[in-house]
Amino acid sequence: MALENITRGFSVKDGLVLDRINLEVESGEFVAIVGASGCGKSTLLNVMCDLDRGYSGTFVKEQSASLMFQDSALLPWLTVLENVELPMSINGESKTSRREVAMDLLKKVNLEHSVHKRPHELSGGMRQRVAIARALAQKNKILLMDEPFGALDAITRDVLHDELSDIWLENKLTIVFVTHNVREAVRLGQRVLLMSSRPGTFIREWRVNLPEPRRIDSPEVALLAREITDELRKEIRRHG
Amino acid sequence: MDEFTSLNAGLDALEIQKKTARNWRSKFSNFTYAIIAFVTLLVIWQVAIKISGVKSYILPSPKQVFSAMQTQWKSGILPHAIFRSFSRGVEGYALALLVATPLGLLLGLNKVLRMVIGPVLLGLQQLPSVAWVPAAIIWFGLSPATIFAVVLLGAVPSIANGLISGIDQIPPLYLKVASVLRANKWQRIRHFILPAAWPGYLAGLEQGWAFAWRSLMAAELIAVSPSLGLGVGQLLDVGRQLGDMSLVIGTIFVIMAIGIFVEKIFFSPLRKRTLRNRGLTQN
Repeated sequence: MALENITRGFSVKDGLVLDRINLEVESGEFVAIVGASGCGKSTLLNVMCDLDRGYSGTFVKEQSASLMFQDSALLPWLTVLENVELPMSINGESKTSRREVAMDLLKKVNLEHSVHKRPHELSGGMRQRVAIARALAQKNKILLMDEPFGALDAITRDVLHDELSDIWLENKLTIVFVTHNVREAVRLGQRVLLMSSRPGTFIREWRVNLPEPRRIDSPEVALLAREITDELRKEIRRHG
Repeated sequence: MDEFTSLNAGLDALEIQKKTARNWRSKFSNFTYAIIAFVTLLVIWQVAIKISGVKSYILPSPKQVFSAMQTQWKSGILPHAIFRSFSRGVEGYALALLVATPLGLLLGLNKVLRMVIGPVLLGLQQLPSVAWVPAAIIWFGLSPATIFAVVLLGAVPSIANGLISGIDQIPPLYLKVASVLRANKWQRIRHFILPAAWPGYLAGLEQGWAFAWRSLMAAELIAVSPSLGLGVGQLLDVGRQLGDMSLVIGTIFVIMAIGIFVEKIFFSPLRKRTLRNRGLTQN
């Protein structure tokens, strides 16, 4: 997946939201993007997911992508199982095969006991796990994540980090993960990109050469996170 | 993965609220309150007649009403009238459903059409459909078509407007999910728009039934003819012509009872199930 000079603005008055974004993501890579509010992260993900085609520049990708939000966005009128089956039913898969795949995916996120529950009966963490299963059910190799764990408590988030790393390695996914949380970015990403605000563009990049399984509270993660945070604050002060 | 399994199991168990068993006692007491209220009403009514000494052709006692209705029931007139009106109501309502659903969907999805037809639909909803009875009689004569036309004009605007407002209130996030999952136009309607609009649609369906039933009664009351047979509305007119106040009041009770019956047996469970499934109930 490669973006070259992607520029996007919605009105002349407000200026550009994205300014000459260049990003190359290799197949199977985990890229984390950090930035303050208003840096155009969501706009960028919309472009990457083909939801927004009003940009200029070139964007090539070999596969279509799934997108996850901060809100699990599960459909409240469907059960957990039906929610996971939905992408496959839209793709026209047979009832038996989609049921089987959905059960497998829900097993993978440890929700096989809750398949007949409704979304409102689940905790926030469980809902996000269903959302992961639903995204996997689209069978896209690229997974775009827009602060998916932003609304969760720290304990649940830690567990989900471990789970996401496992799923990423096991399914050889390409993940672009957007977050406010620098430590989370370092915990998960192989590369961390720092984005500036108004207009949004990448200003720095770090490689995270730490082996999996990583822990968010390890000193190595903390050290790098601190460096990135300092840089992020510098960028924020610029706007003051 | 084993580690996650146990960890997740622990977290999930801690975070999920325990289900409380549905309280049969509260259900029972709801029913008891309704009975108590009804009996109290009868007692007040009886006592008021006793004290005021009002003539029974002005206001009969509950007992007189009951025995009048009993006579009608035994003669077979009342069951027949109930059946006729109820089946007419259901048929007219089904027809209204077939007209209003595509109409509401079209207007909910197409802004231009909405601007053109929306105001007309709103006007129709404001107009009591009984106002159509004279016109319908001129167009269709004293035939079932007249009655169906009036029922349709009563129910269609409510159902269509309910669906439209249901579509208007769909959270944009669900439509974004539809785009992310790459649903085509038809899948978008079937998997996202219709189920998401269901609560509003259901409200429209309920109101539509109430309007259909009212319109039916009004039409039956005005369009009296041997060719139309005897419905509950016509029974009301028979009571008036005979000066039989017990029959008139008894028939009013029957009309109300059928309305309550449909609400309690059909709409209320449907509404409760919808709210419960979507986590929209209080407890």
